[in-house]
Amino acid sequence: MAQNVQTLGQRSSAESKPKRKKNTLQREENMWGYVFISPMLIGVCILVLIPIIATLVLSFADWNFVQGWNGIKWVGFGNFSRLLKDSDFLQSVRNNIVFLLTVPIYMLISMILAILIDRHVYFKAYFKVAYFMPYISMIVAVAVVWMVLFQPSYGPINEFLKSIGIANPPGWIADPHYALVSIMMISVWISIGFNMIIYIAGLQSIPRDLYEAADIDGANGWNKFRNITFPMLSPTSFFLLVTGIISTFKIFDIVAVMTQGGPMGSTNMMVYYFYDTAFINLKVGYASSIATVLFLFVMLITLVQWIAQKKWVNY
Amino acid sequence: MEETAGFQWRKAITTFIMFIISVIFLLPFLWMLVTSFKVESEVFTYPIQWIPKHWNAIENYREVWAGDYNFYLYYWNSIKVAVITTVLSCLVSALAAYGFSKIKFAGSEAIFLVILITYMIPAQAILVPQFILYRNIGLFDKHLGLILLGAFSVLGTFMLRQFFMGIHQEFIESGKIDGANHPRIFFSIALPLVKPAVATYAILRFIWTWNDYQSPLIFLRSDKLFTLPLAMQKFTSMSGEFYSLIMAAAVSSILPLVIVFIIGQKSVIEGIALGGVKG
Repeated sequence: MAQNVQTLGQRSSAESKPKRKKNTLQREENMWGYVFISPMLIGVCILVLIPIIATLVLSFADWNFVQGWNGIKWVGFGNFSRLLKDSDFLQSVRNNIVFLLTVPIYMLISMILAILIDRHVYFKAYFKVAYFMPYISMIVAVAVVWMVLFQPSYGPINEFLKSIGIANPPGWIADPHYALVSIMMISVWISIGFNMIIYIAGLQSIPRDLYEAADIDGANGWNKFRNITFPMLSPTSFFLLVTGIISTFKIFDIVAVMTQGGPMGSTNMMVYYFYDTAFINLKVGYASSIATVLFLFVMLITLVQWIAQKKWVNY
Repeated sequence: MEETAGFQWRKAITTFIMFIISVIFLLPFLWMLVTSFKVESEVFTYPIQWIPKHWNAIENYREVWAGDYNFYLYYWNSIKVAVITTVLSCLVSALAAYGFSKIKFAGSEAIFLVILITYMIPAQAILVPQFILYRNIGLFDKHLGLILLGAFSVLGTFMLRQFFMGIHQEFIESGKIDGANHPRIFFSIALPLVKPAVATYAILRFIWTWNDYQSPLIFLRSDKLFTLPLAMQKFTSMSGEFYSLIMAAAVSSILPLVIVFIIGQKSVIEGIALGGVKG
């Protein structure tokens, strides 16, 4: 009996040998797969996944960092209903929404520059580098330079404006009416390079024969732009619009260096308000609810992008 | 479109106009550079002297680099953090990218999706828990903490994965038939094939780390650990009205990147265009 079982077992193992071998191979693949991805996976779990869950949890707490763990009070949706009545927060959201205007502006400028550089100029490489300079430069250093340029009473920009006959030039970042616009201008200046490079890549993927066919039909430059270039660039434009919108929500460096949200909250943006609440005022729970709102905004835009991309963009 | 004489003329004129526009576009940089060469009293003279009347370049840069202000220390901190972050990030990203594209293991798609989702989380949304975590595990106010934050960025994994997917599976299979395991194949076959992509990512990661202001602001406290963006800000508030010195510091902190960028210009621009990546 025992012998029987043994022979039976032996036979079946002989029969399934190829399968067994495949199994051990697959097991080896699994092992190596996890070995290769584990550094990244562990890093992402500890530094991103757990923190995002913690942010969501903390957004329901009233907690000041100095109180220690025992100071946590759970307040449900209390933080969020407070946010809706917090005029500083609402102003920061409003400023963020105004800031969205920069996206179509720099997209338009970048598109024009890209078309000109791609086909209508010599020394392409120089132009790419020149317009890309602000994008690779340290924002802190660039912001410091702009602060001096914008200096209201003796800065070069206002000296220039006075010399061409404008008696009362604006106070730029010192003036609550102009501060946000000033920062938006700098943001446009910085973002042009990145957008232009992406547009040039988009232009180079448009098939040449479309233009040749249009030439045969006698189309002029404007017609070619309207009927070929612009529509063929729409996936690129869409991509830039989405990344642009998301990046306006993350604006922090320029504000932190140049205005600290002032004067009179006129340049307060969501991320700066979050930073101020969390790391200056140490209201961790309340700050986490701002972070959650930011997270939801970005996720919402990303989701819309995914859905829209499936519908419109076909390649 | 044939390149007629008229067309060439038009192109030359467009080039000239575009050149003028690019100079206006770059004026802030020019102003910064010129001011860093001036004596303080001539910084705000108007009309702007684009060629300094009195050269004070050596004195200004000496004051910034060798004066009471330890600029070289912050420079060294920046180099250290940026280099180590770049090397570590390239290694971690390349390993993961290879794993996701060249090894078929159970659950790889689900895990990749999770990593893809984490990419969409804005860095600011997780700062508070990261801060608390760092304070509790002793990574707060350490360069190591800063390096780890940059090294586990998932962006590199996405970029490099695209390139690993471009390698034919036969290369991997032939390596296996020769008896090589995955680490051997990775280091001797796959990695050399994607070297240009790794180089592009390395330059980008270096630029982003060098310029990063937010992470050092939150995760560093000791003055002697500051990287350049923090040092730059501190220098600005310290030297208050000495704009020529501030500009010399600004030039010093931007210049290395401009050099890195001009050398690696082609691969940086191609990399950005290809991946549509944004730091």
